Amino acid sequence: MATRTVTRLPAPSKAAYKRPSDALRSRHHLPWRPRRPDQQLVAYWFLAPWLIGLLGITLGPMIYSLYTAFTNYNLLTAPKWVGFQNFQLLLQDPQFIQSVKVTVTFTLISVPLVLLSSLGLALLLNTGIRGLSIYRTLFYLPSLLGSSAAIAILWITVFSQPGLFSDVMSFFGIHTGSLIGNPRTALYTIVVLNVWAFGATMIIFLAALRNVPREYYESAAIDGAGRWQRFRRVTLPLITPALFFNLILGTVMASQTFTSAYIIGGPAGGPAGSLLFYTVYIYEEGFANFKMGYASAMAWLMLIALGLFTACCFATARFWVHYGDER
Amino acid sequence: MIYASPLSSSRPFFLFRFGPVRSRAFQALLRHIVAISLLVVMLYPIAWLFVASLHTGESAALMGVGLNLTHLSLSNYWSGLTGPLDFSRLFLNSLLVAILEVIGALFSCTLAAYAFARLNFPMKRLLFSVLIAALLIPGQVLIVPQFILFYNLHVVGTYIPLILPHYLGIDAFFIFLEVQFIRTLPRELDDAARIDGCNHLAFLLRVVVPLSLPALATVAMFMFINSWNDLLGPLLYLSNPHLYTVPLGLSEFIDNTGQSSYGGLYAMSFLSLVPVAAFFLAGQRFLVQGIATTGLK
Repeated sequence: MATRTVTRLPAPSKAAYKRPSDALRSRHHLPWRPRRPDQQLVAYWFLAPWLIGLLGITLGPMIYSLYTAFTNYNLLTAPKWVGFQNFQLLLQDPQFIQSVKVTVTFTLISVPLVLLSSLGLALLLNTGIRGLSIYRTLFYLPSLLGSSAAIAILWITVFSQPGLFSDVMSFFGIHTGSLIGNPRTALYTIVVLNVWAFGATMIIFLAALRNVPREYYESAAIDGAGRWQRFRRVTLPLITPALFFNLILGTVMASQTFTSAYIIGGPAGGPAGSLLFYTVYIYEEGFANFKMGYASAMAWLMLIALGLFTACCFATARFWVHYGDER
Repeated sequence: MIYASPLSSSRPFFLFRFGPVRSRAFQALLRHIVAISLLVVMLYPIAWLFVASLHTGESAALMGVGLNLTHLSLSNYWSGLTGPLDFSRLFLNSLLVAILEVIGALFSCTLAAYAFARLNFPMKRLLFSVLIAALLIPGQVLIVPQFILFYNLHVVGTYIPLILPHYLGIDAFFIFLEVQFIRTLPRELDDAARIDGCNHLAFLLRVVVPLSLPALATVAMFMFINSWNDLLGPLLYLSNPHLYTVPLGLSEFIDNTGQSSYGGLYAMSFLSLVPVAAFFLAGQRFLVQGIATTGLK
């Protein structure tokens, strides 16, 4: 930064050039800007794979798909420009509306549930409990398994009829039937799956809780703060960075749910479309029906929606996310 | 998050206190009971899956809630691995893809992370912002444009679309994770290496990589698990059953399974969970070691 301020200085007088240090400074008055000596262009060799990937398989294809979103494209013939037709058709497509409904409902229910349960368990484990590392490992494990096909298959056997869940409930005299076969409850089985895999979120909360300085609790206690007040006024503000991170990541992940929905509901989206997640519908339209333009339009709508959500989070962050060192 | 210090101070803060009893030992006991019963409820279905996979024929589907520990046999595993679906091949395919993806992620992410953590170069701040933005791009938004790209490159039906992106640093999160770790290595190492005549590549390979093993192990573990669990990628790009990976095989299996072959389905499902759990448990120990030996937090 220091060298940049030098460039804004007025041109030195002729007398000033006599000092040797000014010979260096005068380089900044050349018509081109010379490379700063501390810059290492070799860095671009190290960045080359990532940069090629960024242009070739991320940004490039994304921009191309922005174009195909305005075309009819079935991969075999050249894309045909149709203007906003794909977006107009989407708004009239009941299956698209259904997929938005399913995904938004799922995200709105499962993300807060995951945040609450993982924060609750993190608080329970942050009490100096013995064997913390064992608990941490075992609670974390399901979050690695949760996105696998095998667990989705297990979920089918747990929530079908006969299945573990209905058997346990009928022991208490409640007859649930098959939760997966019922359009009103099928989505909640995937909510349960998401909550079951709450370990990763919990680990982040746990790390944040361990960074809260003990002295804060002591001084709060001296000021007469009760248990709840200490949580509300000390703990909660200090873990908002973790909450912020988990909220964004949880929402982005939940809105992209695919494997469990596809295995449990099949490509058609389960009973009465109750498991027709957005990504499942993109898959159906793009890769079963080869409507690439239509699928591109859907992908871009999702990108815009998640981008808006993330932007809102960052824009409001300064009102509710507190960083410990008062930055 | 994984590097959180295991030490905690002597007087922790309790939000949770059960009932009016103030005895510390009693409170601790209650906390253990809550945590353990939660774990039992969460992990019981997996134990159930294992026991059900040891039952043959109809009895696998009809086991009920309890764990029926009579008439167990490993025949479901044998028939699943060698039978018409030939899961032994699928496991090898999955392993091959996962290993190639892990190598790719380690290669591209370490190179990029070193540049961001240790070198100054024009447009560094801009490119780092791009990296952070790439972190937030939901991966599934890219499936349509990437499919079009790979279709036009005539590589659909091979493993190239699954593997290649990882050699080109598609995993922005791993780059970010490694940058954060490499930044914590002391700067004096750079100077010492430079005086000894090390160039950047030699410094990276001889100093940074050995010191970053905990971060690299984390990247390898997450990449392996992501690759092993991925269904959407293989579903899009693979059509030849000889090239199928395990999740794709399971997805096909469930479509044409009657009650009589549930045992085989359970067996292959359970077997597919084993590498993930094993990799995690092995990696966990390695991480703790790595942190202890380097003294880094």
